[in-house]
Amino acid sequence: MSREPAGTPAVEVRGLHVALGGTPILTGVDLTVAVGEWVTVIGPNGAGKSTLLRAVGGLLPAPKTITLFGTPSAALRRRDRARTVATVAQSPVVPPGMSVLDYVLLGRTPYIPTLGRESTADVDAVHEVLGRLDLAGFHRRELATLSGGERQRVFLARALAQGATLLLLDEPTSALDIGHQQDVLEVVDQLRREHGLTVLATMHDLSLAGEYADRMVMLAAGRVVAAGTPSEVLTEELLATHYRASVRVVPGAHGPLVVPVRPTRP
Amino acid sequence: MSDPAPTGRPAGTPPSSPRAEPRTPARPAGLPSGARPAGLRLRWLVAGLVAVLVALVVGVSLGPVSLPPGSVAAELLNLFPGVHLDSGLTEREIAIVTELRLPRVVLGLLVGGLLALAGGCYQGVFRNPLADPYLLGVAAGAGLAVTAAIALGGAGRQGTLSGLPMTIPLAAFAGSLLAVTMTYVLGAAGGRRGSPAMLILAGVAVSAFLSAGQTYLLQRHADSIQPVYSWLLGRLATAGWHDVLLVLPYAALTTVVVLLHRRELDVLAVGDDEARSLGLHPQRTRYLLIAAASLGTAAAVSATGLIGFVGIIVPHTVRLLAGSSYRVILPMSLLFGGAFLALTDVVARTVAAPSELPIGVVTALLGGPFFVLVLRTARRVLT
Repeated sequence: MSREPAGTPAVEVRGLHVALGGTPILTGVDLTVAVGEWVTVIGPNGAGKSTLLRAVGGLLPAPKTITLFGTPSAALRRRDRARTVATVAQSPVVPPGMSVLDYVLLGRTPYIPTLGRESTADVDAVHEVLGRLDLAGFHRRELATLSGGERQRVFLARALAQGATLLLLDEPTSALDIGHQQDVLEVVDQLRREHGLTVLATMHDLSLAGEYADRMVMLAAGRVVAAGTPSEVLTEELLATHYRASVRVVPGAHGPLVVPVRPTRP
Repeated sequence: MSDPAPTGRPAGTPPSSPRAEPRTPARPAGLPSGARPAGLRLRWLVAGLVAVLVALVVGVSLGPVSLPPGSVAAELLNLFPGVHLDSGLTEREIAIVTELRLPRVVLGLLVGGLLALAGGCYQGVFRNPLADPYLLGVAAGAGLAVTAAIALGGAGRQGTLSGLPMTIPLAAFAGSLLAVTMTYVLGAAGGRRGSPAMLILAGVAVSAFLSAGQTYLLQRHADSIQPVYSWLLGRLATAGWHDVLLVLPYAALTTVVVLLHRRELDVLAVGDDEARSLGLHPQRTRYLLIAAASLGTAAAVSATGLIGFVGIIVPHTVRLLAGSSYRVILPMSLLFGGAFLALTDVVARTVAAPSELPIGVVTALLGGPFFVLVLRTARRVLT
């Protein structure tokens, strides 16, 4: 299951420092994601997971310490970066009245000339993506009327329509019930295998995270405290230290399963 | 290691990715045809143009001397080179059409279109259904600047407003930019992203502040500033071709800039982070569009004074009828806004004939209740 990064990595972060409004959020983070790999960042609330993802996605003033597919992120033009990296935010804005087709078509923005409009090729590309995500019948539906699971697929579809090979998923399952969580992660994994996508995600559900990730990175207080295969990172000691959680870790078929156990009172 | 920067195609791009062949996908079988992206449908464009033409003919026909609409239409067609129709109107009636009523109606079309376009644009830029040139204080800023130019600069010394220098809209533009900047900064003071309600409250405060400045100027220069009073309530009554020429260049610039960015406004609707990750400069786009909408507002205010609520009524009606994409809202607001104001002007000059109601009073009477309706539907966004 473990795979050592080889060749030009999809993402390379070296000693990343980010401060927001004077508060240091990330203090010297290293991260490498190989092409085709699925890496999930975990960590307690406020550890800086989302900030790390935003930095990699080019949403923060780009430091020189982030390299995407061998090119410093700061050297990429916005449109080129948008063709390389697609982000699905934790809870994307759902504009009232916008149809699924129009929403997913926004993903074609980096291919549409400034001040221009979509070509039929863009519309066809979107229909192709919708078909791939079992959303073929949904194109006329209003995004706001869809269920949580359907919406998450549409958000994914927008990211895929972007044609990016690096997918950043910030808490892709946080709004979903357990069945839809598995559903969405299976879709992502299938797309990754079929299209060679690279996935960098943040997740709170540790068992689920461990079942899908090739490697995991644990952040705490703005720095990496553990990195490796799920069974190396999801240990009772690490989770007790950094999450202050009382858990039992049980070996599972696809990765360790983390079961919360009520702490015994002294 | 190859450097992918020039093409944006980094190493390791698998050939099967949709990016590799973005322009040549085969349409999978069984996909519904006729699913088209948001955009202006022909039937709505036709409806908007018809509304403008109806407003034009009705606006020119009605007045103290009523003229038959058919004759008016013929006379309007005669304005095009190479057209010679017999309208059956006398010389005097033709003069009423071309020198008195036509400039007034055309100015109404221009100003109404501009105010509605600016309203729709502000709503998109600020992601705020209540944004409008008046509620943001932009109109008050333009009004103060025009008043100052007349009181202190001596523009309009002849005792009328006709004959204002062509640069008056530029003074108004400076005032409107000052106002919108104040509103934006104040509205964001509650946090990095001020809430929609904060922005509107800031606009109300800025409006009140600038209006106080204007009242002060009016008090201090009561003698030289008589004409400003009628202008304050909105006027189309004294419009001549000069006013049309005053507005036209700025109207054209605003319209072109805003309409060219209609798709960008749809991208902004999904949020700044999303827009940025789709390759846009959200803040740069926002500043440009705020400037364009403020220029349009400034030109409208310079020519016709304070006419409120058009920027709320028209874009929201369009949104209800034709959909929420700015690719539809903006061009339709331009057309329907023009028709709306020109027809409102007909009401303003006929209901209390022979005297005229100030047009700003009529739009406020219509707009007040409409605003309450918008407020009710926008409650979810605002809280």
